[in-house]
Amino acid sequence: MDFTFSEDQLLFQESVRDFLVNEVTPEKIRESWESETGRSPELWAQLAELGLTGITVPEALGGLGMSALDFVLLAQECGYVALPEPLVHTALVAVPLLTDIGGELAAQWLPKIASGEARVVVGLSQNLLVEDAHTADLILLQQGDDIHALTPGQFNLRHNESVDPSRKLYAVEATASNIVCSDVAVITACLNRGALGNAAQALGLAQRMVDLAVQYTSERNQFGKPIGSFQAVKHHMANVAVQLEYAKAPVHRAAYAVANDLNSASENVSHAKVVACEAANLAAKNCIQVHGAMGYTWEVDLHIFMKKAWALANSWGDAGFHKNRINDFILRADTPLGAGNTFLN
Amino acid sequence: MDLNYTEQQNAFRQEVKTWLAANAPAQPLQSFDTAEGFQQHRDWEAKLNEGRWGMVTWPEELGGRACDLIEWLIFEEEYYRARAPLRVNQNGIFLLGPTLMEYGTEEQKARILPKMANGEEVWSQGWSEPNAGSDMAAIRAKAELQGDKYIINGQKTWSTRAVWADWCFGMFRTDPDSERHRGLTFILVPLNTPGITVRPIPQLDGLPGFAEIFFDNVEVSVDNRLGGEGEGWAVAMATAGFERGLMLRSPARFQETARRLVELYRENQASADADPSIKNAVLRAYMDAESYCLTTYQTACRINKGGKIGAESSTNKIFWSELDQAMHATAMSILGARAELLPHAPDAAGVGTWLDGWLFAQSGPIYAGTNEIQRNIIAERMLGMPR
Ligand SMILES: Cc1cc2nc3c(=O)[nH]c(=O)nc-3n(C[C@H](O)[C@H](O)[C@H](O)COP(=O)(O)OP(=O)(O)OC[C@H]3O[C@@H](n4cnc5c(N)ncnc54)[C@H](O)[C@@H]3O)c2cc1C
Repeated sequence: MDFTFSEDQLLFQESVRDFLVNEVTPEKIRESWESETGRSPELWAQLAELGLTGITVPEALGGLGMSALDFVLLAQECGYVALPEPLVHTALVAVPLLTDIGGELAAQWLPKIASGEARVVVGLSQNLLVEDAHTADLILLQQGDDIHALTPGQFNLRHNESVDPSRKLYAVEATASNIVCSDVAVITACLNRGALGNAAQALGLAQRMVDLAVQYTSERNQFGKPIGSFQAVKHHMANVAVQLEYAKAPVHRAAYAVANDLNSASENVSHAKVVACEAANLAAKNCIQVHGAMGYTWEVDLHIFMKKAWALANSWGDAGFHKNRINDFILRADTPLGAGNTFLN
Repeated sequence: MDLNYTEQQNAFRQEVKTWLAANAPAQPLQSFDTAEGFQQHRDWEAKLNEGRWGMVTWPEELGGRACDLIEWLIFEEEYYRARAPLRVNQNGIFLLGPTLMEYGTEEQKARILPKMANGEEVWSQGWSEPNAGSDMAAIRAKAELQGDKYIINGQKTWSTRAVWADWCFGMFRTDPDSERHRGLTFILVPLNTPGITVRPIPQLDGLPGFAEIFFDNVEVSVDNRLGGEGEGWAVAMATAGFERGLMLRSPARFQETARRLVELYRENQASADADPSIKNAVLRAYMDAESYCLTTYQTACRINKGGKIGAESSTNKIFWSELDQAMHATAMSILGARAELLPHAPDAAGVGTWLDGWLFAQSGPIYAGTNEIQRNIIAERMLGMPR
């Protein structure tokens, strides 16, 4: 039993954090909102250079061959900076799905993802819309029980604006058919990875909002002292800290279950998704409150993180979907509940 | 990361399970807040100790098994699964024990720990006073050093299990001119010393679960001081850390409550679903108990590898106490009109021990430093907000 990350994993997290915090500043994010695609080819090239676009691509196909467990801490960091680029989608969703499908398709696309030449995105039936379809060189689209692989020219896009200007969402209408997978287990695993990605980002987003609010309330004075010294303000923040602290281990447990293909992966992911997104939603609620009117403005950076948190809470399965999965699990007559069962599957 | 138990850990679990199956009382003991129940629980402690299960994390020469924290968690899991009795000496074994190992002299350890381990000497805590509750630094009960004795005068209150306990540990003001955290000393007091009056206080359930302790020129040997004179605050903070930390409230307890809650819901689903919020609350209970378990394992593994617990441990006490309250509140909602009935009431079919648990759950957010105080600590020490 060793529920810790390795030195290497922690060092990797640190170096990626340093990179992201420097490169993906709120100013840069605001700039991206003004650009045509909302995406930065330069940043994507840098991420590829660091090996990140291919982090989960098998080594034989030009990637780093790492797992969801290696990536989960990095996904948290992507959340911390509210990275607009679809790195989490690529590493946790698109690449593993292509790897599961295998064959020619994987051999063709995975090296290009690793090198940064190609962007591939996935749309499952569980997703209302497809993220980042506008810059995709390949869309893996679920229709019924099948996954189709579609290239530009084989689909039409309808843009839907999100409350989070960084999110680029599209209704995708296929104009061709190209079934590459009909395996329910593969599709479920893919959905789990997407939800895990949201959960991990939610942890980072919550932490970022807490950091912003602590800083703001330490500097803003009312009644002759910092508002952060008022107990009501402190307790708002402490409540977030408690929920956030207890959402981390479930996310790490889910990443382990996904990486090791455990039977419990679906329940673990749903648990992680619910608690991490709730922590981020509470962070949003309490952090805007302690900012006063400043928090309600476009100018203050808080909303960059708050809006992403709201969006992630209901994508890759909303709370109802994930709660129902856990509910089915705990109410099943043969599920061993109680002490001593947490790690037994 | 490897979330599998080792063979050794599995064998250890099996050993605990086997011993408890053979030795744990088949029928629940009486409440330890009664004279008879107290004795029953004392006897149980002696039996546990004979089997070397009294405190598995203690070194072998003290009757322990030098277990690490993961084995401790495994032990607790099997202990709660076996529905073995609550630990009457928990203030001794979980709180004072570890404090003694850190601050005690060899003489003190040899004198105190074995009798603590076998239940011969049961311990109570004496921090709170009528005017020193959340503000523990306002302690006024004083101890004056005269030769090789302290002369103690003053009053402690809310001292859990002091009615039948043998000893009390606590903090006293040894420097009369001192204020706040300074000038306090950690002293161990035998409760049968002349000059001590213990006055029982009935709790919510009507039983005298705690007591006031009056000290009238009570003479205590200086050998009973733990740590240096005037260093009581530092010693006490270590004890309080153990209390909030995972020693006292291991996840198994809450996971078993969550399991029973799911069962209760299943048995009463038709009526429970009339209130749509109940299903969600049951789900919440399961998830939160699992989160508590996962987080505790993660912390334990980090400590096993040489890490330290930091200010984030203050989140622990809030989380388990509010979880416990929420789970029992949910059980009360499921039981509906039966919830208020005492278990022996003639029409109280199926109410189990939920009401007792509900009453006790009210105290979790209050004792061991109220949850408001914990929130202050989180904001100031963990998040670094201004004082
Ligand atoms: C079941 C039980 C067992 C106990 N066992 C023991 C024991 O064995 N030994 C022992 O010494 N004590 C024991 N206690 C006492 C316990 O430690 C105190 O009750 C606790 O520290 C609170 O002190 P108080 O009761 O004086 O409440 P107060 O300090 O008067 O607090 C009342 C309310 O005011 C709030 N408050 C106070 N100060 C602040 C502040 N600065 N900021 C925000 N809110 C604040 C509190 O949070 C609380 O809600 C026990 C209590 C209970 C309920």
